[in-house]
Amino acid sequence: MSNTEKEPLFSAKNLKCLTGPLSHNNPVIVQVLGICSALAVTAGLKPAFVMALSVTTVTAFSNLIMSLLRKGIPSRIRIIVQLVVIASLVILVDQVLKAYVYDVSKQLSVYVGLIITNCIIMGRVEAFALGNKPWPAFLDGIGNGIGYGMILIIIAFFRELLGAGTLWGYRIIPESWYIQNGGFYSNNGLMLLPPMALVIVGIIIWIHRSRNKDLIEK
Amino acid sequence: MKALRKYVDKIKPAFEEGGKLHALHSTFDAFETFLFVPDTVTRKGAHVRDCNDIKRVMIVVVLALLPALLFGMYNVGLQHFRSLGEAAGVMQCFWFGFLRVLPIVVVSYVVGLGIEFAAAQLRGHEVNEGFLVTGMLIPLVMPVDIPLWMVALATAFAVIIGKEVLGGTGMNIFNPALLARAFIFFSYTPCISGETVWTAGLGKGEGVIDGFSGATPLTSLGEAVTSSADIVWNNAASIKAAVSSAPMDWFLGTIPGSIGETSVVAILIGAVILLFTGVASWRTMFSVFAGGLLMGGIFNLVGGNAYLDMPAYYHLLLGGFAFGAVFMATDPVTSAQTNTGKVVVGLLIGMIAVLIRVVNPGYPEGMMLAILFMNALAPLVDHYVVAANIRRRNKRVVVAKSK
Repeated sequence: MSNTEKEPLFSAKNLKCLTGPLSHNNPVIVQVLGICSALAVTAGLKPAFVMALSVTTVTAFSNLIMSLLRKGIPSRIRIIVQLVVIASLVILVDQVLKAYVYDVSKQLSVYVGLIITNCIIMGRVEAFALGNKPWPAFLDGIGNGIGYGMILIIIAFFRELLGAGTLWGYRIIPESWYIQNGGFYSNNGLMLLPPMALVIVGIIIWIHRSRNKDLIEK
Repeated sequence: MKALRKYVDKIKPAFEEGGKLHALHSTFDAFETFLFVPDTVTRKGAHVRDCNDIKRVMIVVVLALLPALLFGMYNVGLQHFRSLGEAAGVMQCFWFGFLRVLPIVVVSYVVGLGIEFAAAQLRGHEVNEGFLVTGMLIPLVMPVDIPLWMVALATAFAVIIGKEVLGGTGMNIFNPALLARAFIFFSYTPCISGETVWTAGLGKGEGVIDGFSGATPLTSLGEAVTSSADIVWNNAASIKAAVSSAPMDWFLGTIPGSIGETSVVAILIGAVILLFTGVASWRTMFSVFAGGLLMGGIFNLVGGNAYLDMPAYYHLLLGGFAFGAVFMATDPVTSAQTNTGKVVVGLLIGMIAVLIRVVNPGYPEGMMLAILFMNALAPLVDHYVVAANIRRRNKRVVVAKSK
């Protein structure tokens, strides 16, 4: 059964695992997974970025570990094994966040713990890692993590800029524009509420579909 | 009129198939049918032969809105001069209000119609007339001091996200005008709530005489209840002390509030026009009022604070209740389609509006949220009404067969 010819590390097939999830197979806007955290943590760029990084790490390593274990696990108990692996990784990530970026970790609050239930991770482990070799599985994990993070950062960019007038905590819209300082501008409070994040996801899907017509359902 | 017809006929060929400006034909059609009754007739399989079309229906609604608009303009002036403590004649008040309200109307129409025309051109559809009414409703539910760019943004949001995305006129889930208001309400809360936004110039700190309150009666009422003040409801002086206006003012509309919502009289004139021409459903309209009375009555029985004890019919005079019942809840697109459904939805709108007002101190006005909420539920109500009808008729068939 052994595959005699050696595949290059970044063959076209492997590269596709990495780039596919960025656009054509994007977890958020095509597979519609992980929407809940995309709405919850995108009020600012910083938490969105940290969340994206955490999810990428967890998907990549859970894919890698499950792919290594895939031949040894009876399929009946695979879900519980997956949960153990993912949960351990999430706890690791949580500890690292608490140690190095405590304020962001506080902002993300329960959503770090909830990475365990993020549909993208379970979905990729089930759909990809259990049937593929470790290296492609790892790349697939990175690709999906980045695909997810990319959307998160796009949403967070608009929400933070229009909702708070800042980006990454730095003021972009000058104070003197605001109504209370005699200007005309006012922050859009709706942007900070989750419903608007959903509208932005909808607009992103709209633009994405109109550029990739083959994704439009009949 | 004849010259206009001639001119339209002269430029028409350019817009027809093969003409130079064919790409703009839906824009041309929109203006032509706006000016003249179209001469196209149904050729086959006609269902209803009538000179009425969406455009005529919409114009009737706009006519029905005129009393509220005109009174709103007058009231804007009245409140403004009251806040300054100056005496002003009717015409002076009206002219001041006219100058303040007109820009909002213009912005609403220009932005909304602009998007509608653009969307029609892009899709190759005909321009739909739905915005004629929405464009008039939006200014009427805004406070007079609202910055114009907010009106423009909210209108764009309502038309694009609330309507065009879902398929245009007739396909929207939510009433676009209320969506525009909700957008501003949640985005720019300080600009559409509180005490200073309802009177022109008050927010900018123009001179105010002692004893003038720019708060709407509902806001004052909410505050009176929070500070557990006692209001004797059968004593006009006690009411006036608490909310600085009397029930008669609420009925006539000489109180602070959104531009078109204050005067129940003007709204009732509109309601008569709508009901007489059959444009709006009397079932919805009356059941909204009935729902308000019912919920108010229930609260009266419970009692406990000044708000709960307020006579139920006062709710119908205050805030946007009448305006919502007559012009918003009756929207033929977003309301229920079945007759029973209309009654159910109407009752629930009235009840929820009063419920929000009385129970949630965070939202002094509940009408907007109640109508939007029931807009979302209307298809569900319709579904169950239809399902019940099918069940009933099935039973009849079974009975008939078994005989």
